[in-house]
Amino acid sequence: MGNLVDYLNQDVRAEEALKACMNCGMCTAVCPAAEFYDYDPRRICDTVQRGNENEIEALLKSDTIWYCGQCMSCKTRCPRGNVPGELINVLRKASQELGYFAESEKGLQQKQLMGSIEKNILEIGYCVHPDRVDPDYHPEQGPIWEWYREHIEEIAPKLGANYHGDGAGALRKISEEDLNEVRRIFEVTGGMDLKKKVEEA
Amino acid sequence: MEKRFWNEYQKEIADDHFFYERSCIRQTFFPGSEAAFLRILRNELGKDICDNPHQHTCTGIGYHSDVVPFETTMTVVARLFSLMTECGYENYVPSCVTSFGVFSEVIEKWENNPKLLEQARQYLWEATKREFNIPKNIVHPSDVIYKFRFDLKPKMKYQLVNRFTGKPLRVVEHIGCHYAKIFPERGIGKAEFPYVLAGMIEAWGGEVIDYPERRHCCGFGFRQYLVQENRGYSIANTKKKFQSMEPYEPDFILTNCPGCNMFLDKWQYTIAEMEHKTYDKEGYGIPVLTYEELAGLLLGYDPWKLGFQLHQVQSEPLFNKIGIAYNPDEKYKGISGRLLPRPARPECLRQD
Repeated sequence: MGNLVDYLNQDVRAEEALKACMNCGMCTAVCPAAEFYDYDPRRICDTVQRGNENEIEALLKSDTIWYCGQCMSCKTRCPRGNVPGELINVLRKASQELGYFAESEKGLQQKQLMGSIEKNILEIGYCVHPDRVDPDYHPEQGPIWEWYREHIEEIAPKLGANYHGDGAGALRKISEEDLNEVRRIFEVTGGMDLKKKVEEA
Repeated sequence: MEKRFWNEYQKEIADDHFFYERSCIRQTFFPGSEAAFLRILRNELGKDICDNPHQHTCTGIGYHSDVVPFETTMTVVARLFSLMTECGYENYVPSCVTSFGVFSEVIEKWENNPKLLEQARQYLWEATKREFNIPKNIVHPSDVIYKFRFDLKPKMKYQLVNRFTGKPLRVVEHIGCHYAKIFPERGIGKAEFPYVLAGMIEAWGGEVIDYPERRHCCGFGFRQYLVQENRGYSIANTKKKFQSMEPYEPDFILTNCPGCNMFLDKWQYTIAEMEHKTYDKEGYGIPVLTYEELAGLLLGYDPWKLGFQLHQVQSEPLFNKIGIAYNPDEKYKGISGRLLPRPARPECLRQD
């Protein structure tokens, strides 16, 4: 890989995400991920700002960039108007495009997410849908969720939903015509290319 | 002086003619809330709101899980705006707080970078031969209910008052991070004094609890929940909030974000089953209501048509405190009127 700094700056979000960091650590102080993981957004901003190619490459290959929970509390608090959570988006995109994500355990989880959330979007037009929230994978949803899934055709209409129905309403079936437009958007804008890179890495 | 200061924390909320965009998570877990919102707007407030059948996800969960590039999300958003434009609307109301954040982000980037807006128009045209206008007003549905909270109050059959003590119910409000932390100026009260839910609670007779972790994230974390191995992050953040609110003995929690509502409900069940711990005194857990459920409940709507039976923490103790009339025999009936088998009981979380 040539110049990683230039590569990162090609992302339309890069300029807004990191203008000038003074390393005050306010982002780390407010960050839920920093409480739970060995994670420090201040250091990530510092690494990218210093522009050391080897350090940036190591960052893109590490678990570190995958710890952020995207709550974006850092944006509210940064006194310099940086957005460390958005810088994470830039780094994660580059890590996937360059295949570096596959060198970390947390990064490799992108394959799971491509196979669930992105698959849902392209197949049914929803990020999340009751048909795809399997109680075995989601034991935290409890017995109510199992009950709802088992009797959804009786319960959803009682709550005003149009489960798998044509026309408007909650949980309606999204038409092939509409889905094809969404799929075409993914093709034209690079969504399919990213999917392919992650799946093939 | 104080009044002028508060004016800085207001935002413009359209009065009528809304284009509604549904939420993936709200539809999945609490579809009755979306139905209640439309019913309240149309039947109680006499407003016009369009529920377009051609809409789809905004991709927000995929975007913040980094499986969908910004350019793709931006163009999917443009398609949703084209549906609004096609129907002749200008006021966009996305049900999901993450969607609200995504739309705000996309529009801000377009405002800061006109070439990006032009690129979005080109992408959308190439992919779908569609065109779009940017909405004049984008607000979250909780903003709309907040705006009309005093118009709804005289129609309400109940107030947030404990009928046994005569005192206001004590309520924790939890606002989704993407409502005002990303773009503070787009939230009522900004990020510092978010008032969108507190305003409803106070208008309808309740008392808002302030507690140390009031503004902490619910713990969703996108990939930190969606990937099973990472869920320790999610439940740990929720637990931190519950530990912080426990001493204040809330009667219930009110949320405006579909995800937060589900997590604050379901993680209470999980913590109870894992640690035999609940954060109320009686062992039922603390009910977690959506703002649509709360408004519908106080307006006298049937709780079982609002979807209260889908919460793992059951709300009957709260109904009894307020004096809500409900028929327990209807709780587990389906649309056909058939009585469905009851769900299994949790081992530790108490239910009557």
